[in-house]
Amino acid sequence: MSQKFRLNKVGYINRDKKISFKFNGKKYFGFEGDTLASALLANGIHLVGRSFKYHRPRGFIGAGVEESNAQVQLYSGAKTEPNAIATTVELVEGLVAKSQNCWPSVSFDFGAINNFLSRFFPAGFYYKTFMWPKSFWYKIYEPIIRRAAGLGIAPLKPDPDRYEHQFEHCDVLIAGSGPSGLASALAAAKNGARVILAEDKPRFGGSLLTDEVTIGNKKGKDWADEAVAQLKSMPNVIIKNRSQVFGYYDHNMMVMFERTKDHIENPNKFIPRQRLWYIRAKEVIISTGSIERPLVFGNNDRPGIMLASAAKEYIKVFGVAVGKKPIIFTNNDSGYDAAIEFKKNGINPLIFDVRENSESSTVQEAKNLGIDIKFSHGVVNAKGYLKVNSATIGKLNKDKTSYENLYDVSCDSICVSGNWTPTVHLSSQSGNKLKFDEKVNAFIPNQSRQNESTIGSANGSFTLKEALEEGFNKGYNLSKKINGKDNQTSSPTSNEKSYGKQDKFWCMPLPNKKHYKRCVDFQNDVYVSDIELALREGFRSIEHVKRYTTLGMATDQGRTSNLNGLQLVSNIEKKIVPEVGHTTFRPPYTPVTIGAIVGREVGKHYRPTRKSPIHEWHEKNNAVFVDAGLWLRPRYYKQDNETLMEASKREANNVRKNVGICDVTSLGKIDIKGPNAAEFLNRVYTNAWMKLPIGKARYGVMLREDGIVFDDGTTTRISENHFHMTTTTAQAVNVLSHLEYYLQVVWPELAVNVLSTTEQWAGVALAGPNSRNLLSKLFPDIDVSNEGIPFMGYKESNLFGVPARIFRISFSGELAYEINVESGYGVFMWEKIMELGKEMGIEPYGTEALSTLRIEMGHVAGSEIDGRVIASDLSLDGMLSKKKDFIGKRSLNRNAFLDSAREKIVGVVPVDKKTMIPEGSHLVEDSSASFPNPKLGHISASCWSVEYNNPFSLAILKDGKKKIGKKLFALSPLKNTNIEVEIVSSHYVDPKGERVRS
Amino acid sequence: MLEIKCPYCGNRSQNEFSYGGDATVKRPSLGKEVSDKEWDDFVYFRKNPRGKHSEFWHHVAGCRQWFKVSRNTATHEIFKTSKINEEI
Repeated sequence: MSQKFRLNKVGYINRDKKISFKFNGKKYFGFEGDTLASALLANGIHLVGRSFKYHRPRGFIGAGVEESNAQVQLYSGAKTEPNAIATTVELVEGLVAKSQNCWPSVSFDFGAINNFLSRFFPAGFYYKTFMWPKSFWYKIYEPIIRRAAGLGIAPLKPDPDRYEHQFEHCDVLIAGSGPSGLASALAAAKNGARVILAEDKPRFGGSLLTDEVTIGNKKGKDWADEAVAQLKSMPNVIIKNRSQVFGYYDHNMMVMFERTKDHIENPNKFIPRQRLWYIRAKEVIISTGSIERPLVFGNNDRPGIMLASAAKEYIKVFGVAVGKKPIIFTNNDSGYDAAIEFKKNGINPLIFDVRENSESSTVQEAKNLGIDIKFSHGVVNAKGYLKVNSATIGKLNKDKTSYENLYDVSCDSICVSGNWTPTVHLSSQSGNKLKFDEKVNAFIPNQSRQNESTIGSANGSFTLKEALEEGFNKGYNLSKKINGKDNQTSSPTSNEKSYGKQDKFWCMPLPNKKHYKRCVDFQNDVYVSDIELALREGFRSIEHVKRYTTLGMATDQGRTSNLNGLQLVSNIEKKIVPEVGHTTFRPPYTPVTIGAIVGREVGKHYRPTRKSPIHEWHEKNNAVFVDAGLWLRPRYYKQDNETLMEASKREANNVRKNVGICDVTSLGKIDIKGPNAAEFLNRVYTNAWMKLPIGKARYGVMLREDGIVFDDGTTTRISENHFHMTTTTAQAVNVLSHLEYYLQVVWPELAVNVLSTTEQWAGVALAGPNSRNLLSKLFPDIDVSNEGIPFMGYKESNLFGVPARIFRISFSGELAYEINVESGYGVFMWEKIMELGKEMGIEPYGTEALSTLRIEMGHVAGSEIDGRVIASDLSLDGMLSKKKDFIGKRSLNRNAFLDSAREKIVGVVPVDKKTMIPEGSHLVEDSSASFPNPKLGHISASCWSVEYNNPFSLAILKDGKKKIGKKLFALSPLKNTNIEVEIVSSHYVDPKGERVRS
Repeated sequence: MLEIKCPYCGNRSQNEFSYGGDATVKRPSLGKEVSDKEWDDFVYFRKNPRGKHSEFWHHVAGCRQWFKVSRNTATHEIFKTSKINEEI
C-alpha cells in the first residue's frame, strides 16, 4: 500500500526505514518515527473505532495524549493491551492493532443501532431504566450492560512482561520539555541543582517541534536540540523522554510512567517493558503546556474532524497531511497556523472564522499566501458517515444565534481550533485551587499548596517570550533557594508571530428544525443535548452533572471536553464559568498499565517468604507446606498416597504413642533484658512475674487495654535480668511493637530493652512419652529426670558441642521439650534428633497434627484468641492476678465482660461420632428454625481426636459451661451441613494435665 | 506517600513507618483508681480533628523508635516531629 497522504519535504521521521504493521487484519507501511496514528493517516485511514455508547464511527481528534477517540487493542493473547491510545503508540515492525467496541467490523458495526435509538438512551439511561424488577439486575441487566459497555478486552493470561519500579530524589522535577520546561531545566541545572526533566513524547521540544520561531538566532527546533544535548551531558541531570509524570501526591511525591521497550524492534530481553518512577522532588515545575479545545457543531465527532494543532503536528513532525481538501474552522488565530502549513505543502485549505475580522501578522501571512478566508462563517454540520465528505457552512448573524444563509462545501477533513486550555491537571492534583482567567478564558493555577510552580502555556503564558522568561527565572530562583548558588542564565532573545484576539464563541447553534448531535465529550459520548437534559432534570452542581452524564470522566479526564462542558453549563445556567467551578482532576493524567503499577511485586515477589533454617530438610522429606503469615510451615509429611487427614492422624498418633518432632522456629521470640525486666513483664502479662525463679518458664497471657486477649506464650527467666519471651507466630510483630510502645512511650522510666530474636534461634518441639528418653541421648551430660528438668523447667547445655537451650514446655499436652540452637545449627540439631530418635519411633509432625494435639487438649490458639474474647471466655480466669494491676485490667470491670452468660470455650463432639464439623459452623438449638436462626456460638477449630478416634471440635458457646452435656446442632450453610452435636468439656484429653508433668 | 522526619534517622518515606494514634492521650498510672468515664475516655474516645493533630508514629522498618508528629490531617502538612520526651 502506498502512503498517499505522506508529504515529501517535512517531518522528523526516518524515510530510510520502512516499517510494516497490521491494522484490522490488513498490512500497511509507515516509517520509523511514526506513531500508529500518523502511519494510519499517511495511508488515508481515519476511521479507527466506535464511540463508547452509541457506537458512532470515530477517527483521530489529536496527535498526542489529548486523543480521546482513537483507542485500539494491541496484539493478541497474553500480550494484548486494550485501550491503547493510537496517537501515543510508536510504530514498530510487526505491530498489530485493531479497532475495539465494534462488531463485526469497524466500518459495519451492529452496535451502531444504538445511535439510531439514541433518543431512548439519553444521559442517566441506566439509572432510569434498569430499576425493576430488582432481581433482574444481577443476572440479566448487569451482564448485558457489561458486555455492551467498555472498550477493549483485558488479557486473560498472565502478563509475560517484566516491569520495574525506580525511586529517585531530586531538587527540581520538570514535567514537560517545551520551551519553558527546557529553559527552566537549563537554568536550574547550570546553577547546580539536581534536575529531572520528563517528556511524555518520544521527541523533546514540545511546541518548538511545530512552531515557526527563532530563539537566539536559531530555529526553535535547533535550539531545543542543543538544549537537550547540553542537558544530557550534565551529570546532575536526568532527562527522560517517553515518560509521563501522571500523578502528584503528598509531600512532592511524583509518579512517572516510562515506556522503555515497546518501541524497540528487537529489544534486549533484560529491558523491562515499562518503568514506574517514584520521585521525591524538592520543587516541581509544571510545564505541561496546553491542549487545543474543539469547536462544537453538528456531527463534530465524524472521522476526519480533528484539532487544527494536531493537523499541524502531523504535517510538521510526521510529514502527513490529514486531508487534501481541508477546512479550517476557528475562533482564533492558531487555526491559521495549520492552514499555512497545508498551503506550504501544496494543499489549499479553506478557513472559516467565526470572528468578524482579525489583523494579526498570522492572519496577514495566510492572506499573503492566498488562502481563502471567510469571516463570520462557521461549520454548522459535518456530512458523511464513516468519514467526513462535506460540511454545511453557515454565515452567522450579528449576535451569532442564527444563520443568514447555509450552503454545503465539499471537504475531506475539518480542522478545528477553539483556542487553548492550559494543562493544569498536575497542579490541581497537588491541591492547587485553580482560578479562572478571563483573558485566557480558562482555569490556570493559583496558590500553590505544595512546592510546585507552573510556567509557560500551562500557566496561561502563551507567547514564547513569556514561556522562556518564566522558565529561566523559575529554574534559577528555585535552584538558588535549594542550594544557595548564584549562577544565573539569562533568557535569549526570541522571535515569533503575533496572534490576535480569540472569540469566546465556540458552540454552533442548530439551524431551524435540525437536531444534529453535537459532541462535547468524545470519549464518554456526551452531547450538548445530554448536558441540557441533566440541567433540565435539576442537576446543578458541576460534580453532579459530571457523574450523571459522565462528562470528563474515565481515562480522558476531560482533557478536551472539560472547558466546553463548563461553558455549556454556564451558558444555560446564565452563570460565569468561575461560578460553575470545575470538577476534580484525578491521577493518573494518562492511563498507566496495571503491570507498571504492580512492578516486580508479582508471584513470589508479592511479599517476602520466611523459611525456617530447617526448610530444605522438610522439602526433601515430602513436607506439604502451609502459609502461616509470611512463614511457610510443614503442614504434614506425606507418605505414599496419604491424604491430609490420614497423614495428620498418623503423625499425631505417633506423638501420643512414641515421640514426634516439630519445627517451631516461626514462633516469635523476644529477648528482654534490663534491671526492670521482671517488673515490665508483671505489667504486660496478666499473671505474676516478680517471683519467677531463674531457670523456670511461665505461661503468660497479654491483654489489650480494652481487656480483650491479645496474645499468649511462655517466657523464661534465663538470669536475674534476662528473659526469653515467646509469642504466637501470627502476633510476633505486633507484640514487639506493643512492648516497644509501653517501654518508650508509657513507662520510659523502666530500664528494659527488647529485641526480636525470632530468626536467631532455630526451635524444635520434642513431644511424646519417649521424649525424655530421647533427650537423655541428646544431652548425656545433664540430668533430664523429672527432678532435673521439671515441668516448666529450663536448662542450658550443649548438643554435641552446639550450645542449646532446653525448655520443658508443651503445646501438645504430652511430655514435651523445646530445644533452641543458633539458626545455623538448625539442620544439625534436627538430623541429630532424627538419628538418635529412630529407635524410639520418632517421626516429624506438621502443623495439622500440632493442631489436632492442641485441640483435643483444649489449648487455645489463634482461632480462639480472635480479638473478641476475654480471658474468662477461654477458661483462663486463673491467669488474672487480683493482687497487681496490668495492661487491660481496668477494662475487665465492664458490664459486658461480667455477664455470666458470655460465650465461653467448650468441646463439641458429633453425636454420630463420625462426621467432622466444619470450622465456622454455627451452634443452634433448633436445626429447622427459619432464618435468622438464633446463633448460640460457633465452632472455632476441628480435628479428628486420635485419642478417642472420633471428631472433636472446640467452640465458643453462649453460657457454654452450663450447656455441657446438652445436645445442639452445628449448621454450616456454607458447606450445607447440619450435624447434631453434644457439648463436652474443652479439656477432652488428660483433663488434669498429668502427662505434661509426668 | 508522606515524607516523615524521624528524629533519629532523618527524612524517610511513609512506608517505613506505622501510625500509632493520638499523642495527647495519657495512660492513667498503673494501680490508680480511675472512674469509668476516665477509663473509657482513655481506651475509646479520640478527637478526630480536621487540621492540626499530634500523633505517634513508629519507625518500624528503621530504628524502631516511637516518636511524635504534628500533622495537618486535611492537607498532610507536617509541622514538626519530635522525640517522645520532647514537647510538640
